[in-house]
Amino acid sequence: MTREYETVIGLEVHVELSTKTKIFCGCSCEFGGSPNTRICPVCLGMPGALPVLNKKVLEYAIAAGLATDCTISPVTVFDRKNYFYPDNPQNYQISQLYLPVCRDGGITIETGEEGAKSIRRIRIREIHMEEDAGKLFHDRKEGFSHIDHNRAGVPLLEIVSEPDMKNAEEVIAYLDRLRRILQHLGISDCKLQEGSLRVDVNLSVREAGDSRLGVRTEMKNLNSFRAVSAAIESERSRQIGLLQKGEAVEQQTRRWDDAKKESFVMRSKEDVRDYRYFPDPDLPPVSISPEFIESVCVSMGESYDEMVERFAKEYRLPQKELSYLTGEKALARLFEETVSICHKSGSVSNWLMGENLRLMRKEGMDAEDLRFSPEHLAQLIDIFEEGRINSTIAKEVFEVMFYEDISPEAYVEEKGLGLISDLSLLEETAAACMKDNPKSVQDYLSGKAKAIGFLVGQTMKAMGGKADPGAVKSVLEKLLSSL
Amino acid sequence: MLSATKTCSLIKERRISTTEALEEVLGRIRDREEDLHCYITLDEEGARQQAKLIQSRIDDGSLKGPLAGAVVAVKDNICVRDLPATCGSKMLAGFIPPYDATVTEKLRDAGCIIIGKTNMDEFAMGSTCENSYFGPTKNPYDTSRVTGGSSGGSAAAVAAGEAMIALGSDTGGSIRLPAACCGVVGLKPTYGRVSRYGLIAYASGLDQIGPMGRSVEDCGEMLSLLSGADSRDATSRQWEAVDTGAALGRGVKGLTVGLAEDYLSLCPDEEAKNAVLEAAEKLRDAGAAVEHFSLGYEKYVVPIYYILADAQASSNLERYDGIKYGYRTPFEEGQDFGQLMARSRGEGFGGEVKRRILVGSFVLSAGWYDAYYKKALAAQALLRRCFDEAFSKYDLILMPAAPSVAPKLGVYKDDIIGAYRGDVFTVTANLAQLPAMSIPAGVNHDGLPLAVQLMADRFREDLLLAAGAELEKRGGHENDEGI
Repeated sequence: MTREYETVIGLEVHVELSTKTKIFCGCSCEFGGSPNTRICPVCLGMPGALPVLNKKVLEYAIAAGLATDCTISPVTVFDRKNYFYPDNPQNYQISQLYLPVCRDGGITIETGEEGAKSIRRIRIREIHMEEDAGKLFHDRKEGFSHIDHNRAGVPLLEIVSEPDMKNAEEVIAYLDRLRRILQHLGISDCKLQEGSLRVDVNLSVREAGDSRLGVRTEMKNLNSFRAVSAAIESERSRQIGLLQKGEAVEQQTRRWDDAKKESFVMRSKEDVRDYRYFPDPDLPPVSISPEFIESVCVSMGESYDEMVERFAKEYRLPQKELSYLTGEKALARLFEETVSICHKSGSVSNWLMGENLRLMRKEGMDAEDLRFSPEHLAQLIDIFEEGRINSTIAKEVFEVMFYEDISPEAYVEEKGLGLISDLSLLEETAAACMKDNPKSVQDYLSGKAKAIGFLVGQTMKAMGGKADPGAVKSVLEKLLSSL
Repeated sequence: MLSATKTCSLIKERRISTTEALEEVLGRIRDREEDLHCYITLDEEGARQQAKLIQSRIDDGSLKGPLAGAVVAVKDNICVRDLPATCGSKMLAGFIPPYDATVTEKLRDAGCIIIGKTNMDEFAMGSTCENSYFGPTKNPYDTSRVTGGSSGGSAAAVAAGEAMIALGSDTGGSIRLPAACCGVVGLKPTYGRVSRYGLIAYASGLDQIGPMGRSVEDCGEMLSLLSGADSRDATSRQWEAVDTGAALGRGVKGLTVGLAEDYLSLCPDEEAKNAVLEAAEKLRDAGAAVEHFSLGYEKYVVPIYYILADAQASSNLERYDGIKYGYRTPFEEGQDFGQLMARSRGEGFGGEVKRRILVGSFVLSAGWYDAYYKKALAAQALLRRCFDEAFSKYDLILMPAAPSVAPKLGVYKDDIIGAYRGDVFTVTANLAQLPAMSIPAGVNHDGLPLAVQLMADRFREDLLLAAGAELEKRGGHENDEGI
């Protein structure tokens, strides 16, 4: 008899907050930088240095909690998580165990195709604040390990879900939704590749209908949504395979190897660490007043859901465009600002999803990397739709604007790309082209209507591309019919 | 020997120069240091330069404070930029912090001359100053005896005139005990009154920097200088400054003093006991109402203290791993970082430090946290309540500062528990975050200093100074001649 199994998945998501400075000192949080240039005695854990909480981190944590329907704790406490590792300057991480800042929230996810959609609530157990560690680089050739502490002390939120997800699709939907919410709040850029969003997958399987949870494993090193999906499928099969053979699943931490598409044991139950958590005596308990929560709430402005709803109503965008344009905060803002100038939401959406998306993909860019201003995009749309440039030139101008944020109007002027609307010049040029291409003229006159295409092309060429092909065609038609 | 404030008055009156005052201290150091070993690091040249600079600032009128020109010894767990901060440990031998502690900055601003860094029990763990990697400091009254600890070097330096005044730190009595053993005044301020930034932590929730001086006035002026909230220490508090002059002149008329009988009865030394009873008489004579009462918890305070202090220490000392600074075990082929850390720590820490790290790790470990650490935190809260109740009746509490006069060197070598037990009088103030002061109370039949301890409610150091000055005025101990 074959048994049916179901998968139970919970996620631990680490989000790097985009505060200007670190969680417990004044060092810059910016990504990158030469090794060990964004450090001070505090984030290096030097003797005598003390942590002081960056209030912005608390604000961001509360915002994240409010946006995910969490209860905000009236008092929250930092705890030390003790473990020895060279990238951890104090050999303890300041985190939260006993009284995390947010608890008992959840987000709603949508899965399935149009018409067969399923809507589910995924509960969030807690959100807590903690500091990031430094980075180790192993130089095997030289036999040295180097430590870069620039990342040490960068603020993180850990968002812990309940084991409410059943498959990879739900997990991806949850992550995408979470990413959109957090990005909309402007508290994190949520980039998996850069590590500003990190996902650990806790997964167990059980026989269908069983109410008890199976033994779970924790999967680490998941650097893309695709890796998350692949790892879930792989781990699910592995665990079911074990159970079908009558073997037990062991409680483990596993590491996903995305190249090999399989996972390996990092730690098994025997070497589970004892982190010896206790309240950090350097950081007094933080009281969070209702007034403070209110002020965070006010500063958050429109929620992600409200924004999506408004976009749908105000701009009447189809589902696909709506989803794309609200997917990244920078993009949504660019869209709105451009529309507010040129009042052509359809055109703005077309340009952003067409040429813009093509170039973004080509460059591997995110919306927040976009450099051109809404004023310039609006200008381009205006001069194009007024017929002052043709679509080929418009695309060309867009590309220059995309990279260099030029003013399309000035650029077209300077490069002389505007359409020539001088009718007599057009007629003169068209007549010259006809004279130079008697065969095409003959073909046309003998009924090959397509032959006019060649003449249009030749005339356009002679005009340096600066004519409206439609206008050229009608001039040619007029001249040919008068022959 | 004059007190620091009196010497500084002479400097201000142009009767002596800062350099002359300093040379006098240096002379004492030449005479006594070899026998006593108060210092781990002496900075004669630096001190001479500071003296000149400070003299010019006094001359041009920019320095007017009561401690301008004072020659100050700083305990070696307080960071002074560019001077080694060893904490009395092999682990930090050669460690030179590139930053000043907040109190160090305050000393500099006030025109104090930092003469050197004083010996101490390793990482402030000990009651005799014998747990120093650099060897013990000897008691200026009898070099076959200890100074008390852990701020033994500071106490001895002040007593022997090798400094005018000193900074110590007090986690469970480390200022008051050596002050008592060396016949000087030692004041542990309210937790939070003095910034801990730059104090190399032993137990963060109990540590406090404070003055050790030859007079109550010296300690009062130094306290005013050190006090104040610090944006770099989240546990520091802004509180009304102590008006030293007013406090010293207040007297004790109308004050009620509770003599903690239960604690007094734990004192095994009749002469030490009598000193407390005599102090009570003097206060009564001066107009205070003295009542005997039972404070409570006398059986529990030592275990509560060692659970909390050791646990916090086990975490605070994790950063010493041989990777970033401090002692590192000699390199061996094939050594991984786990071995590197374990060996560096094994070789760098002394016995008492290891004992406390082990105890501390145990009481925080999974399964024991609730039974020990959590319970100790709860007991600490109870003790605090018990003091709150006492201070609703009394302005001051009087009890012994130490179980006996300074013991002979080596007495506690094989009696660790005996040494711990001797902390019963001092740990209460740390656990309840109260200010407490050890005041000389004459000498015993061997001519060794006796002392009593006064405690007040949080941020009521003014009352300690008032009563301390009264006791000082009524004699018992004159140290103007030096030892």
